[in-house]
Amino acid sequence: MIEIKNISKKFGKLEVLEHVNLSFRKGECIALIGPNGCGKTTLIKCILGMVIPGEGDLYYNGASIRNKYLYREKIGYMPQIGRYPDNMTIGQIIETIKDIRKFTGVLDEELMHQFRLPELFHKRMRTLSGGTTQKVSATLAFLFSPDILILDEPTAGLDPLASEILKNKIIKEKNKGKLILITSHLLSELDDLITEIIYMQDGKVHFHETVEKLLASTGEQKISKGIARILHSNNPGYMDKQNNETRTSA
Amino acid sequence: MNKITKFVILDILRNKIVIAYTLLLAVLSWSVFSLEDNSIKGILTLLNLVLLYVPLVAIIFSTIYVYNSSEFIELLISQPIKRKKIWLSLFSGLQLSLIVAFLVGAGIPIMCFAPLKLGGMLLLVGCIISAVFVSIAFLGAICTRDKAKGIGIAILLWLYFALLFDGLVLFLVFQFADYPIEHAMMVLTGFSPIDLARILILLQMDVSAMMGYTGAVFKEFFGTDTGFVITILVLCLWIAIPFMLSLRKFNRKDL
Repeated sequence: MIEIKNISKKFGKLEVLEHVNLSFRKGECIALIGPNGCGKTTLIKCILGMVIPGEGDLYYNGASIRNKYLYREKIGYMPQIGRYPDNMTIGQIIETIKDIRKFTGVLDEELMHQFRLPELFHKRMRTLSGGTTQKVSATLAFLFSPDILILDEPTAGLDPLASEILKNKIIKEKNKGKLILITSHLLSELDDLITEIIYMQDGKVHFHETVEKLLASTGEQKISKGIARILHSNNPGYMDKQNNETRTSA
Repeated sequence: MNKITKFVILDILRNKIVIAYTLLLAVLSWSVFSLEDNSIKGILTLLNLVLLYVPLVAIIFSTIYVYNSSEFIELLISQPIKRKKIWLSLFSGLQLSLIVAFLVGAGIPIMCFAPLKLGGMLLLVGCIISAVFVSIAFLGAICTRDKAKGIGIAILLWLYFALLFDGLVLFLVFQFADYPIEHAMMVLTGFSPIDLARILILLQMDVSAMMGYTGAVFKEFFGTDTGFVITILVLCLWIAIPFMLSLRKFNRKDL
């Protein structure tokens, strides 16, 4: 569905993405993980056309997305930190996006009601807490039942109840056969969601594996432990200290 | 009119600065015309005020508005909309509201007091100048991410066009006073939209007789219909070129 071919991106001298090649298919639920500043968000923004890659190209259903915009009708995006015009109310934001999308299908307002947003429709964006802003972002991402969902740190800043609601919604959409791309630091949260894992570091893709293969090759039960093991074997110095600590505490 | 432009205009109206600007223009124009019993003199005074304040308000307000819309732009850009459309809608929204503000504020008194042709010309010039400076503001604002720097650039650009450029021209005139520079001067005028606008109005008023030989050369060019059309075209280029440059930058910008 989405094909990323050899893209590179520099911000000034800093190389954020180096020759990234990836492909995502329908029905996959992919976790994009890696340390801070490894280029996850930049990669996502490249897919959305918010950041324009210096080299390489991206394809949606076989067609390049360069200078295209209609393909974004099929994408729901939840940013890591949603930035909205201060003076608009929640209701206005949702109405504006509805107006702009000219969406004709049935709106998926499930999340909006579960988050109890209609009660807050009159509130201005600048008065909202980080968590409520995240709820608005999530609602907008799911509102138009897109084929692709791109969620950048979806549960960061949400309270346990809200993050459970969101997780259930993600699972529900995944079962409908949509492509879901999630970045997260909380590996434990991803266990019952994802089917594939991409690990990035310093702008490069270290590995792209299905979860079963990862668990089978490392002999672990949990994704987080499997990844830790792989990182340990790739880069012994970095993980040694942490592993020792876990051992002593165990 | 598209949704985004409409939204921008409503947002600007809510912001009330444009309403204050309209009132200010109205007060200025009414008082100028009630102080001068000769409406031609009134137009002359108003021309100088318009050429000073309209660019200032247009460039500063637009610059700040573009910076403050960064969140809105970011929200829109992940939606299925062309980047070009976002930028163009923002531009037309700002332009329209400033032009309407000018027409309402200055237009009514001008139409009441001034002769139709001269008054109409001043209104046309005011609208074009508003658009030119919105366009320049867009170019300035896209060049840097830093808001303080962007506003600084806007103020410097205004100073340059409103004050420094005239000084520069005056300096050149004195330096080359012994040479026939009338035609070079005419070309030089094209580099400042404010000067173009000023000359366009002055030549409608027959005061060019007082400007000596240069005045005569100017009259010969700007006073004719072709000269008028060319001047308006050059002013339109002043709207189009900065905006096109800013659009090119915006299309390649990483958000």
